[in-house]
Amino acid sequence: MTISREDVEYVAALARLELTEPEINEYTEQLNSILGYAAMLERLDTDNVVPTAHAVPLHNVMRGDQVGISLNHEKALKNAPDGEEGFFRVPRISLT
Amino acid sequence: MMIGQSVSELHERLVRKDVSSVELTKAYIDRIHSVDPTLKAYLTVIEDQAISQAAEVDRKIANNDGLSALEGIPMALKDNLCTEGIRTSCASKMLENFIPPYNATVTDRLRGAGTILLGKVNMDEFAMGSSTENSYFGKTRNPWDLGRVPGGSSGGAAVAVAADEAAFALGSDTGGSVRQPAAFCGVVGLKPTYGAVSRYGLIAFASSLDQIGPLTKTVRDNALVLNAIAGYDPRDSTSVAYDKPDYTKFLVNDIKGLKIGIPREYYGAGIDPDVAKGIQTGIQTLIDLGAEVSECSLPHTEYAIPAYYLIATAEASSNLARYDGVRYGLRAEAEDVLGMFKKTRAEGFGQEVKRRIMLGTYALSSGYYDAYYLKAQKVRTLIKQDFDKAFETFDVLLSPTAPTTAFKFGEKSADPLTMYLSDITTVPINLAGIPAISVPAGFVKGMPIGMQLMGKAFDEGTLYRVAYTFEQNTQYHTLKPSLSGEVLASVSR
Repeated sequence: MTISREDVEYVAALARLELTEPEINEYTEQLNSILGYAAMLERLDTDNVVPTAHAVPLHNVMRGDQVGISLNHEKALKNAPDGEEGFFRVPRISLT
Repeated sequence: MMIGQSVSELHERLVRKDVSSVELTKAYIDRIHSVDPTLKAYLTVIEDQAISQAAEVDRKIANNDGLSALEGIPMALKDNLCTEGIRTSCASKMLENFIPPYNATVTDRLRGAGTILLGKVNMDEFAMGSSTENSYFGKTRNPWDLGRVPGGSSGGAAVAVAADEAAFALGSDTGGSVRQPAAFCGVVGLKPTYGAVSRYGLIAFASSLDQIGPLTKTVRDNALVLNAIAGYDPRDSTSVAYDKPDYTKFLVNDIKGLKIGIPREYYGAGIDPDVAKGIQTGIQTLIDLGAEVSECSLPHTEYAIPAYYLIATAEASSNLARYDGVRYGLRAEAEDVLGMFKKTRAEGFGQEVKRRIMLGTYALSSGYYDAYYLKAQKVRTLIKQDFDKAFETFDVLLSPTAPTTAFKFGEKSADPLTMYLSDITTVPINLAGIPAISVPAGFVKGMPIGMQLMGKAFDEGTLYRVAYTFEQNTQYHTLKPSLSGEVLASVSR
């Protein structure tokens, strides 16, 4: 299986990454090399194997419906690049 | 020299009033000023706050209020552990100016234990790397050879401890990031069982693999630090409510009859014969001390690297989606919001981080999910079953921590796959979720090697017992790198 330049551009769009021409070339080559190596997994028959998402069995954790300490507005907004009246401010959503 | 002593020795001196916590803290700060311009372990040093915290402890000592094991002991935290009011950068341009509004649970617990935070230490950006060369803020040098890497991703933490710039440090380990730098720098490093230490406030890389662990000068120190940081935390949904023992109870100099397995797959291609020889000497020491050692097999080991790099990058691509320039971190200017996301991420992330986001996004994308991500998760099951089976027979498993000693700067950074393959002895442990410790086990051409002990889930105690017995019967941990003025001046700053 080979990954094309177009595949890399498509994945970059999904990942919200603006890539330069040299980066697209580099990642096309490197993803091919890494996924080529990963192809060895196909040698293993895993038809009847249950996937492991977590090494330790996990259960849903519910807490009591009680108000606890949480970040206030000021603290929550302190690291924001742009904010206004207690909100995060972003550029316009659409140009059209 | 005071700063070269272990946490337990320093504790005794504080109790005897032989030294004050302020004097101790100042001694470490002096040490940082003298060696760190060359070694570059620290990204942030917080002198004033450290000294005032130490003064508080000294008041307590003056009042004879009693002193717990870590009180007044100066330490460092990897820069992916949140510290309220103190920059936590993840060694990334993305978080260059990020000041967390809260503490990680481990930060709170160490503060509660009375330790003194000296500063935040360097790492591979977002903990992605095996050499600390991926830091946005520059490389950290290995104190044993200034031309070599300290390992990674917790390279700064390992160097701070090895070069006596802190009494101990915390790192994080997703695929070997505590154990491998510990081995490369000649210190003790533990990756606890997944779920033993809360991840709350650890900036996420791969959530099903990440664990925080201590880097220390001795095995006893390691147990003391784990005592302070481990245990259930309701703020981490993957934290396990287990019966936490006093880990120092396991520090006995006796391993008679203990069954140790040597997985043959860990001695395959890529292992430096001199490292293998060094580990063989260590195994003989354990046999002489009464351990029952025999060979075993973990047949799926070779599949661990591809399975790990698919799972870790898939989780990373999801975790790092949060860096969008909206709530915190870098923002690049653009006309619309989508353009802002793309430019912010292009400017804020380094090459390795982008590469892993690309790989992970691909592995999760429609049409490839089953072939890569799901397949990797199934292989993860097989790897875990290998360990389960081995632990039916053995109490611990033993291997080299890393296939080689510390490599030279630039030696592996050109080809990502070569770098990934150097993690073969550490990543299976994270996939299985079990604990493992690296202890100093000798030197090859002047560079330290580490012996890795792997244990059953939540059986850190037995790891400590074997590691302690080995340490008490060897001298490797007492050796220090020479950092004379002459050595430090030999490289340009």
